[in-house]
Amino acid sequence: MFKLRATILKDIRILWRDKVGLSLMFAMPVMLVIVVTNIQNSTFQLVSKNKLPILISNQDTGQVSSQLISSINKIGMFKVLQISGRQNEKSMSDAMHAKDAMLGVIIPANFTSKVAAKANNVAGKALKSFGLEGGTLKPAGDVDPLTLYYNPVLQESLRLSVEGAVRSALQLVESRETLRSLYFSINEKPMPENLENEMLNNKTAINEIPVTKGGTRIAPNATQHNVPAWTIFAMFFVIMSLGGSVVREKVSGSFIRLKTLPTSYLVAIVSKQITYLCVTMLQAAVIFSIGIWLFPVMGLPALNLPSDLVALFVVTIICGWCAVSYAICVGVFSDTQEQVNGFGAISIVILAAIGGLMVPSFAMQGFFRNAANFSPMHWCLEAYYTLFLEGGKLKDIINNIAPLFIITILLQAATFFGLKRKNLI
Amino acid sequence: MAINNPPAIDIQNMGFRYPGGSGVIFSDLNLKVAKGERFGLFGPNGAGKTTLISLMTGLLAPDEGQIELFGHRIGKEHNLVNKLFGFVPQDFSFYQELSPVENMDFFGAWSGLDKKTIRKRTDELLQILGLEEVRNKQVQKFSGGMKRRVNLAIGVINEPEILFLDEPTVGVDVQTRHAIINYLLELNKNGTTLIYTSHQLSEAEGLCQQVALIDDGKIIAHNSLNELLKDYKEDSLEHLFLNLTGKDYRNDV
Repeated sequence: MFKLRATILKDIRILWRDKVGLSLMFAMPVMLVIVVTNIQNSTFQLVSKNKLPILISNQDTGQVSSQLISSINKIGMFKVLQISGRQNEKSMSDAMHAKDAMLGVIIPANFTSKVAAKANNVAGKALKSFGLEGGTLKPAGDVDPLTLYYNPVLQESLRLSVEGAVRSALQLVESRETLRSLYFSINEKPMPENLENEMLNNKTAINEIPVTKGGTRIAPNATQHNVPAWTIFAMFFVIMSLGGSVVREKVSGSFIRLKTLPTSYLVAIVSKQITYLCVTMLQAAVIFSIGIWLFPVMGLPALNLPSDLVALFVVTIICGWCAVSYAICVGVFSDTQEQVNGFGAISIVILAAIGGLMVPSFAMQGFFRNAANFSPMHWCLEAYYTLFLEGGKLKDIINNIAPLFIITILLQAATFFGLKRKNLI
Repeated sequence: MAINNPPAIDIQNMGFRYPGGSGVIFSDLNLKVAKGERFGLFGPNGAGKTTLISLMTGLLAPDEGQIELFGHRIGKEHNLVNKLFGFVPQDFSFYQELSPVENMDFFGAWSGLDKKTIRKRTDELLQILGLEEVRNKQVQKFSGGMKRRVNLAIGVINEPEILFLDEPTVGVDVQTRHAIINYLLELNKNGTTLIYTSHQLSEAEGLCQQVALIDDGKIIAHNSLNELLKDYKEDSLEHLFLNLTGKDYRNDV
C-alpha cells in the first residue's frame, strides 16, 4: 500500500508540473464545451428566437402574391426583406449577399391570375361533382413555380424546414382562393371575412412534450446536449497526457531502474489508473460546474443535473475508467510519444464521431450505426443522455453501463497482454 | 585466483543471445565475484559489458545456465534478489520533474523501505553527496555532475549488498568524480560489493581490486589488477587493455 501511495504521489507531482498536459486536459475541453454550446445555442436561437432573413422579389402585381408574403411573414421564422424590379439568378444572388440574406424567393409574374384561374377551375370541378352548375369551366394552366434560392452553408435540415414553411404559406393562399371562388359561385357574394378566417386559420394546436423516463419536463437545449457529450470527449482526451506518460516512462532511464527494484510495474499502472481516474472525475466536476454556474452568466441555458446523482456518479466513474484504460493501453503498445499523440488524437476524434458526439447515432446509416456500438463514447453518451435528457435512473442505464464495463475490461486485458508481451511485468 | 569469501555473484555456464540472433552472444560463461570485492568489468564498445550487467541485474534472462546473487537465483526469486542489489545505470534513471527528495521517496518505497528509513537515508545521502542545498529543487535544472550524484544516491538508498555501476562518472568534472569514487570506496569499506564498468581506466585503477576484460562476449582476462599487470608486463590498465583488445576501432552497431 505504501508503494502504491508513493507512486500515486509521484504521478500527481509529475502531472502537476506538466502545465501543457494539464491545459490539454482541462483548459482545452472547457473551451471546447463553451464554444460548441454557444454555437449550437445560436443555431437553436436562429430557428426559435432570431429570424432568418429572406429576400422576396415579387414580380406579380396582384393580391395573392401579397397574401403569400403576408403568410410567410406570419410564420414567424423569417425576417422578410422585399426587393423591387425584375430579378434573375445573378442579381438575386448579389442582392442576397448585399442584404446578408440566407434565402431568396422570386414570385413569378401573373402569379395572382394563374392561382385565381386554378382556383376557379378547381371550384368549378367541385361544384360539378356536387351536381351544381357553377361558372363556366375554363381550362387553367399550371401556376409558374416559385423559385427558392438558398445559401449553400444552410444545413439541409434547416433548408427543408424552410421549404416546408414556404410550401405551407403557399398552400394557405391557394386554399383561400379556391374557397373564395367556391363560395362566390354558390352565393354570388364574397365570403365573409370571419368565416374565411375560421375555415383557414383555426388550426389545431400541437402541444410538444418531451418524453422522459422520469416524467420531468426539462426541455432539451444546447447545454443539456453538449455538456455531457464534451465531458466524455474531455475524459478520453487524457490520452494525450496519460498515454504520453506511459511511453515516456518506458523509454526513459527510470524504467530500467524500476525493473531492477523489488516491485511489479503493475503498481505503476494501477497508480496511473487511480491518479488519472481522479483527473477525469475532476474534469467532469469542472465542466458540469461551468454548465451550472457560468453558462447562465454567459447567456446560455444553465445545466440541469439529473435527479439521480448516484447514477451520474456511476456513469462518470466508469466512463473515466474506460478513458484511462484506453489511454494506458495505447501507451503500452506505442513505442514513441509521437505514436501516442498521433494515434491518440485521431482515434479519439473517430471514436467521438462514430460514438454520436458529433452527429447523433440515430441519424447514422448502416455500417456506422453498427460501428457506434464499438465506441465506448457511444455508451457513455447514451447513459448521460438517459440521465440528462430523459430523467432516467440507474436502472435505466444498466444496458449502457454494461457494454462500457465490458469494453473497459477488454482494454485492461489488452494492456496486461501488452505488458507481458513486451516483458514489462 | 582464489576466492575466500562466499560469492556475491556466481555465473555458471551462462549462455545468452539477443532475440533474432544479433548482438553479443555469451556461451558457457563462468564468473565468480567474492563478497566485498571491488570488481571492474572492462572492454571495448560492443564487447558485452552492459549486456552482462543487464543479465546480472535480471534485466535480461540467460538462455542457458544460471546467475546467482548470494546463492539466490536471478529470475526465480525476483523480489528477494532485487532487494540485495542497487543499480546505477549509465543513463539518468530518475524523474527529472521531481526533486532529489521526491525521487528518493519514490524509489525508496519501490526498494521496499519504510517511510522513516527513506527519510533517514535521504538525509544521509544528500549530505554525503553534496546535494543538501538543492534537495527540493527539480532535478531537470541540475548540472550533469549533480544529476550523476542523484543517480548514485538513488542507487544506494536501500544500502545494497552489491552495487552495479555502469559508467557512473561519465561526463562529470574532476571534483564530482573524486566525490563519487571516494563515496564508493567508503561504501565498499562498509561491506558493499562493487561491480563497476567504465571506459575511465585510470579511474578504475584506483577503484578496482579485481578486473575482468571482456571482448566479443568472452572473458579474456580475469584476476587482480596487480597480477594482471605483472603477468602481461604492462604498467597500466590502459596499456593492458590495448594489449589484449587491440588498437582497431570498434563499431558497436
